[in-house]
Amino acid sequence: MATAVTTQDKRAAELNVISRKQRSLWGDAIYRLLRNRGALLGLIVIAFAALIAIFAPVLAPYDPLAQNGPKQLMEPIWTKLFGSKFTDPAYVFGSDELGRDILSRLMYSSRVSLIIGFVPVSIVLAIGITVGMLAGYVGGVVDDFLMRVTDVVYAFPDLLFVIIIVATLRGTGLGDAFDGLLVIFVGIAVVNWVGVARLVRGQVLATKNREFVEAARSIGAGPGRIMRKHVFPNILAPVIVTAAFAIPGAMLTEAVLSFLGIGIRPPTPTWGVMINEGFIVFSTTPWPVLLPSLCISLVLLAFTFVGDGLRDALDPRSKM
Amino acid sequence: MAQNLLEVTDLHTQFFTRDGVVRAVDGVTFEVAAGETLGIVGESGCGKSVTALSLMRLIPQPPGKIVKGKIMFDGADVLKMDDDEVRGIRGNNIAMIFQDPMTSLNPVLTISRQISEALELHLKMDKSEARKRTIELLDLVGIPSAKKRVDDYPHQFSGGMRQRVMIAMALSCNPKLILADEPTTALDVTIQAQILDLLKNLAREFRTAFILITHDLGVVAGMTQRIHVMYGGKIVEKADTGELFANPKMPYTWGLLRSIPRLDERRKAKLVPIEGLPPDLIAPPPGCRFEPRCQYRRDICKEKEPPLEHIPNSKPDHEARCWGTQQGGWLVDTDWHKEVGDTRIIEEIKQEVAQLPPEPKPGDVPPPPAAV
Repeated sequence: MATAVTTQDKRAAELNVISRKQRSLWGDAIYRLLRNRGALLGLIVIAFAALIAIFAPVLAPYDPLAQNGPKQLMEPIWTKLFGSKFTDPAYVFGSDELGRDILSRLMYSSRVSLIIGFVPVSIVLAIGITVGMLAGYVGGVVDDFLMRVTDVVYAFPDLLFVIIIVATLRGTGLGDAFDGLLVIFVGIAVVNWVGVARLVRGQVLATKNREFVEAARSIGAGPGRIMRKHVFPNILAPVIVTAAFAIPGAMLTEAVLSFLGIGIRPPTPTWGVMINEGFIVFSTTPWPVLLPSLCISLVLLAFTFVGDGLRDALDPRSKM
Repeated sequence: MAQNLLEVTDLHTQFFTRDGVVRAVDGVTFEVAAGETLGIVGESGCGKSVTALSLMRLIPQPPGKIVKGKIMFDGADVLKMDDDEVRGIRGNNIAMIFQDPMTSLNPVLTISRQISEALELHLKMDKSEARKRTIELLDLVGIPSAKKRVDDYPHQFSGGMRQRVMIAMALSCNPKLILADEPTTALDVTIQAQILDLLKNLAREFRTAFILITHDLGVVAGMTQRIHVMYGGKIVEKADTGELFANPKMPYTWGLLRSIPRLDERRKAKLVPIEGLPPDLIAPPPGCRFEPRCQYRRDICKEKEPPLEHIPNSKPDHEARCWGTQQGGWLVDTDWHKEVGDTRIIEEIKQEVAQLPPEPKPGDVPPPPAAV
């Protein structure tokens, strides 16, 4: 008898192990994300770009600022196949109008782009989540005030607002800090937090009336604890998706500003700066414009894929 | 009556809405002794849940407000406490079991984190202690292989199991009083029986006082020592459980009892519903709240509200709010099983109910007047 029982127990234990693969909510989401081919491809591209950005000083064949007079406007080496006479095996992607190596410049540019992608978006999230949660959870006068402020900021045309901020701060200490990076951070953050704030407020309003919040209050949790531990994790999914879409947006803004000549100061290379400078010689050779444009498109596409994948993965209704 | 754990005196909770003041709880007085199980029964919208939420000061404010009354819990007035003190009581001394276990658990937190929360908050346990206690609690409420399941998420549990988790949460700090607001309504009947058994055993084992709120007389019958029947924001009848079922004294209670099937009833006996709708709590009827639906009403019922009084021919603590069953009333000798009421009044009520939808659609032909 005793042995029978133990074998039964063992069998039950085995069945238990087999039938119950322990996966958390977020584990599930990551699993679904990685099964989405577009998202996986996007993640690989982003990881690749990040690696290049981090190891740019090691990987880049030349100093991105070093000019080489006689070797101006070399075309990429593959154009030799089509009969171009202006190629040089030392400059794989060619060189620009000052004889700087385009490959090295592209590599260093990715640093700025990734920083521009992540830093302002972090600021945007911090401001947006704080404002949105306060407005949504506290409600009443606080909500009215914060939402009116949001409406006012929302009413400005985005790009124009950033241009105004960047242009007015030019020449001041803030405007020149980090080659003009700081002021671009500020500009992008000031314009974009409103979207996140509105989204978060809406989510909080929907979540705070759900029963588990009342249940949390019934065990004596205070407002701070409820916001942090009960409401916040529930609104995280849409916020993450928004962030994934906001990152390429910020990168694009930087590129546009640099192209317009009010973004990052040359000679610091960024993709926008490179397009701006390459534009002058566009009629001679298109490569100094084409290559950075291609980089921007690739990274933007990658982030969009990941954003799409995240949206699907974080939707609890989507089943594997 | 110093030994009472909870004494509620003349509680008024109102909601201030655009359409007017909703008197959801309108002068409710009751008490619960330590370890006692009290049932509060009534149909939807009669103020049961608001009463329970008021006890823990969980009424959403605005629009709700406790405008009057006194809630003495363990010698302290809950209504005079500041927010921190109330929070110290919630979950610690008074806990609540909610109606719908499907929505009352946070979907993104593990079971262990949700149960541990109260333990960490009130008993200042550290993580590992709280986890150990959580596993004990889950064992106690009958979750099989609790050790493995603490780290699961709510969506991995069935409805009955989630309600067990809610019960474990309520029990976690050994509260003196547990408010169970329709704890079995969202569950199917076999699970209901299991959950009720569990609650009964826990009440006995831990000497926890329970207030069981339900619309289902079958649920309170087996569980409670005393029952209060609520109607329209007021308590209309108070009695021992046995006494209430054997000797009810208020036509509304009669209506409730007649509208549930009984095993010992002869076959083909019809269930008799209560005609009409619960009163509008913004403008309640001036006299007895039940008067518009009462099949035994007289003129006095419309004019003056009856007091909640001891009823002759009943146990000493049996009280009801009815002119008819009071000393010298016209219902004193009525056998509610047989005399279902004045047929003329029943007809009147039916007609009133038929007229209830006030605005007929534009294209509709008005119904022909009833032949007299």
